[in-house]
Amino acid sequence: MKGFKVGTLFWVIALLFLGAVSTYAQTYKVAVSQIVEHPALDATRQGLLDGLKAKGFEEGINLEFIYQTAQGNPAIAVQIAKQFVGEKPDVLVGIATPTAQALVASTRTIPIVFTAVTDPVGAKLVKNIERPEGNVTGLSDLAPVSQHVDLMQELVSDLKVIGVVYNPGEANAVSAIELLKSAASKKNLQVIEATALKSSDVQAAARIIASKVQVIYAPVDNTIASAIDALVGVCNQAKIPVVGGSTSFVESGAVASLGFDYYQVGLQTADYVEAILNGKAISEIPVSFAKGSDLFLNLKAAESLGIIIPASMLERATNLKK
Amino acid sequence: MSLFAFLGTLEIGLIYGLVALGVFLTFRILDFPDLTVDGSFPMGGAVAATAIIAGVNPWLATILAMACGALCGLVTAFLAVRCGILHLLASILTMIAAFSVNIRIMGRPNIALLGEATIFTPFEQGIFDQLHVHLAIVFLLVLFSALFIIRLLTSDFGLGLRATGVNDRMVAAQGGNIGFFTYFGLALSNGFVGFAGALFAQSNSFADVTSGVGTIVVGLAAVILGQTLLTGNRIWIAVVAVIVGSILYRLAVAFALSSGMFGMQASDLNLVTAALVAIALIAPKMKGKIRFGSLRGPSTT
Repeated sequence: MKGFKVGTLFWVIALLFLGAVSTYAQTYKVAVSQIVEHPALDATRQGLLDGLKAKGFEEGINLEFIYQTAQGNPAIAVQIAKQFVGEKPDVLVGIATPTAQALVASTRTIPIVFTAVTDPVGAKLVKNIERPEGNVTGLSDLAPVSQHVDLMQELVSDLKVIGVVYNPGEANAVSAIELLKSAASKKNLQVIEATALKSSDVQAAARIIASKVQVIYAPVDNTIASAIDALVGVCNQAKIPVVGGSTSFVESGAVASLGFDYYQVGLQTADYVEAILNGKAISEIPVSFAKGSDLFLNLKAAESLGIIIPASMLERATNLKK
Repeated sequence: MSLFAFLGTLEIGLIYGLVALGVFLTFRILDFPDLTVDGSFPMGGAVAATAIIAGVNPWLATILAMACGALCGLVTAFLAVRCGILHLLASILTMIAAFSVNIRIMGRPNIALLGEATIFTPFEQGIFDQLHVHLAIVFLLVLFSALFIIRLLTSDFGLGLRATGVNDRMVAAQGGNIGFFTYFGLALSNGFVGFAGALFAQSNSFADVTSGVGTIVVGLAAVILGQTLLTGNRIWIAVVAVIVGSILYRLAVAFALSSGMFGMQASDLNLVTAALVAIALIAPKMKGKIRFGSLRGPSTT
């Protein structure tokens, strides 16, 4: 009996050892450094993990997923970066700006994927968006403005002129307007701007352009956000729809908006990690802006403006306000 | 822990050693609990980064950062000495004000220095790699700072500074100016902290407005940890102790970061770090108790 037990034990151990060796031979190591734990960033990480699983990289089978949070402290983020680089993972992932910067400062060789970074060029993570040099690429969570232009075209047939109200003092808004102009010029659309430095100026600014445009775009801009009701009010009088840069504007009366949740950002980050694990060169993986798939529509607002929302949009909508 | 991680830990421990020196000056020497450091540390980084981006020589930018840190200390001293605000509250006021000022200085919450020339850049060419060069330069700067503090505190002027913290009435009776010593001590302390912030930003290629969070906690932990483990009445022992304490604190964080095997998860980091530091603080006392306690019974000292 004792002999049997020892014998069984031997085989069990041998099998486990073989299993461990065969697993180890093809295990990829992904190290994730996150600045702080909050719902958006946690969802990004979970999206990354689930996205990798969907692509055949499963934790505990062929993926070692190491994760640390700096608990809001950039000095700890630096230490995490040093620790991770010393462990030589296949890919380093930095969630949010300071953690990504700490990783980039720590290694010039290990591939780094940043995510949930709004302005990767301003943060000096990459110099060239289209063709990253060195060992860094990733995903920006800037609002998907070019998708918003598509949305406006879909919503307003025969669209020629887009109006936009924004505060030129807000960095986020200014970069959104630049994206808007370049996306519009590709489609031969004209953009008419009106600026408002204070939220009390928004109403007047909207009135100036309302009669000249077919749709008004409200960018992600704190000044506009706090006066969104005033903007919607003017547009209702002028019978033109508002398309929001943020999905939250739909609740206040914008007809439509498109956005993403951070789980989606994580899923899109997994594409980057997968490409690198499969041996693609960083320079062939351009930095991109997170794509949105959450379509918010305000049916009540559309009805009062006499706009018929195309069926294709209604089908895609994830959130309807009636 | 890999060698890369160890050297990185040593470097950041040394940089925060400057913070520990600053906290030692206020907390131990002046007996002035000073929370200004949470504001003067990121200010050092903000000033150095902004100046470097604007094309200022990195060494000059670092000195500017020290000056701005010192200015924070002067503001706290003014609020405490001149306006009679309780020292803790005075330093909290400066700290929260500094947050807004830092965003004003940088114009945004984060400035990247990747690819910019820093004080480390001229030494990075050649046979040595970046990590060793950073460590060597930081070590030299901390060494000079420590020697300066030791020299200062052992001078006649330093005696007045030390006496202010121990017995300010005696200093006043001897004709010393307590107010002046407080101004000077706080400015010097926060100057060192600003220096640390500037080094941190340049070594890690970014200045972030949130990098001040918990600086005072790290500084105090370093001072108390170091002085508990390395005891002695000599000034140089105390100065060495606080720098060693800062490195030990960073080693505790590094061990906490690699504690995944004990069923700890990433969010337990602060708890594990605190537990490790607590153990380090209790250990020498336990050792003393076991050695003497079992032979002589309860200690009378």
